[in-house]
Amino acid sequence: MFKCSVNEIYNVFAKIADGKKLYVPADNKDGNAVYTEWAEGVELSNALNTAKSPKDFFFPQFENLMEFKVEGKSIEVNDIREASEDFVVFGVRACDVKSFEILDRVFLVEPFDSYYASRREHGVIISMACTRPTETCFCTTFGIDCTNPGGDIAVWKTEDAYYWQANTEKGEKLLAALELEGCGEDAVNEQKEKTAKVMSKLPLAGLTTDSFGGGKTMELFNRPEWKTLSESCLGCGTCTFVCPTCQCYDVKDYNTGNGILRFRCWDSCMYSDFTKMAHGNNRLSQVERFRQRFMHKLVYFPENNEGIFGCVGCGRCLAKCPISMNIVKVMKTIGGND
Amino acid sequence: MQKINRNVLVEKAVSLLENGTVCCVLGWKKGEFDYDITPAVFTTKEDIEANFVFDDFCGANFSKYLVQKTRKAEGKILVFLKSCDTYSFNQLLTEHRFDREKVYAVGIPCEGMVDINKIRAISGEGISSVECGEKITVNTIYDEKFEINASDVLLERCESCKSKLHVAYDELIGEEGEVLESNRFDEVAKLEAMTPDERFAFWQSELSKCIRCNACRDVCPACTCEKCVFDNPKSGVENKAPANEFEEKMFHIIRAFHVAGRCTDCGECSRVCPQHIPLHLLNRKFIKDINEFYGDYQAGAEVGSRAPLANYTTGDIEPSEVFDGRGE
Repeated sequence: MFKCSVNEIYNVFAKIADGKKLYVPADNKDGNAVYTEWAEGVELSNALNTAKSPKDFFFPQFENLMEFKVEGKSIEVNDIREASEDFVVFGVRACDVKSFEILDRVFLVEPFDSYYASRREHGVIISMACTRPTETCFCTTFGIDCTNPGGDIAVWKTEDAYYWQANTEKGEKLLAALELEGCGEDAVNEQKEKTAKVMSKLPLAGLTTDSFGGGKTMELFNRPEWKTLSESCLGCGTCTFVCPTCQCYDVKDYNTGNGILRFRCWDSCMYSDFTKMAHGNNRLSQVERFRQRFMHKLVYFPENNEGIFGCVGCGRCLAKCPISMNIVKVMKTIGGND
Repeated sequence: MQKINRNVLVEKAVSLLENGTVCCVLGWKKGEFDYDITPAVFTTKEDIEANFVFDDFCGANFSKYLVQKTRKAEGKILVFLKSCDTYSFNQLLTEHRFDREKVYAVGIPCEGMVDINKIRAISGEGISSVECGEKITVNTIYDEKFEINASDVLLERCESCKSKLHVAYDELIGEEGEVLESNRFDEVAKLEAMTPDERFAFWQSELSKCIRCNACRDVCPACTCEKCVFDNPKSGVENKAPANEFEEKMFHIIRAFHVAGRCTDCGECSRVCPQHIPLHLLNRKFIKDINEFYGDYQAGAEVGSRAPLANYTTGDIEPSEVFDGRGE
């Protein structure tokens, strides 16, 4: 384990940013933390987490895939992606680190997504352990330990220092280049214990996944509570767009006049044309769309992924839903562990 | 801070439900915490008594829900409307968006609703309880306690409340208020005082935060198209994510034009924006201009009024006069 004092952190950032792009959570003018490219003068946010999740680094909201150029009777197909460059993301919380594993299970299996893979390969994740979890946090429900956040390098912050530990080869390489001072783990262990005590006091600490998981489709699909839960859902995409694990996208063609630009953008199962096909739409009502979102995270995803749930308990949807309906209310109502 | 107690509304809802006047009740349902109220349809006395709330977090405007709910309801729907909500209610009626006969509207007084984001900016993370009152008491899981003046953390739209008068109801609970002298155009005036470049930079910076979740549109009582042009693959402008700076602005500006003259300034768009974009300022600019060019007009003040933009009179301002600055 290595350390740097709190005062030295920007020197360390400067080292990382020398030659690579470094992104850190910084407060925007509204006081919300957003991942910002670090440069001299950019201050690290004290916020627990960023307003939007870091999934954009690997799975951006919008990207061009390819273009077709038409000239006379010939069509030219061009791969127009920009080559990925190495980059580093600092300050990713344990929940969000876990979300990358979930996204990997979607994009890094056949059919292999080379756009995602390239960015994943070029990105180094420096995580940061939580010290002040909030009332909307429920990462423990999904077996995540916010005091051991994972990533290529894990960082713990105490009052006077940042402690660094590499978890992967990529992380070791970067950490070695930073030439930090070696140190023991006592301060980190003390910090972990303090945070663990707070975790046990959180209002959602008792939330369990007992009623969910693979094989529960028939039991949960027709529950009458879906109707009341979705009754006031606006059908907007806020929950899906702030969610670190929502991974659905739409592929579209844009007519450029002399060809086609094929792009993809995030889609939301809350939207009326989600997975619309030639025969029409397979989910015609908001209750069906609403149910799809939660069944996907709590039943279908674990069914296809060795029991791993498609939620990491980051709490963004709890904070952002315009009508304050969210996965916790769904789990308590459908799962009956109110 | 609300003068009306939750129990008064519960009693009203239960009695109207039990005597058969209404078949269901649109109201605010308590959440997981003290501040995350969900709009809900109540159909039983037990549910209302256990879960109905009315406090400083009941910002949600139910008017738009009536468009869908009245189509399915087998009887009348009881809806509670704050003064600002009644303007949306009337505007929807003007546009024939729901059947008035299927609604029993109860007007309720409102002392202004508070913004949990503003409270959190003071208290920090870990809110374990919030007690409403003139002074809001916030306790955190870190054993901190904050006493916050409710007037310091009002929703933006309540800070600049335009009216405590209820313009529509079947029954009014509590005292009637009046139309207020509002400062709601002050921020617009600041934007107008900017140079075009400054103004462009302001909107560019605000609208580039947009994640196109469509929450503003989906909550907006003036946005009741059965199929929004931006959701329609056949429209040619369907747009799920802004591809460039132009598209970031296009959606919001087109939406503002579409609701011009119909927007009652209920403020729901800005309240629900997860990125805290001050969308209401776009609409208020239109309202201010309409007032200046055509005389004061408040959408939703009465049912059936002819909106200036949809009503030709010989005294209408000419485009040339707009450029010459009449109305300023």
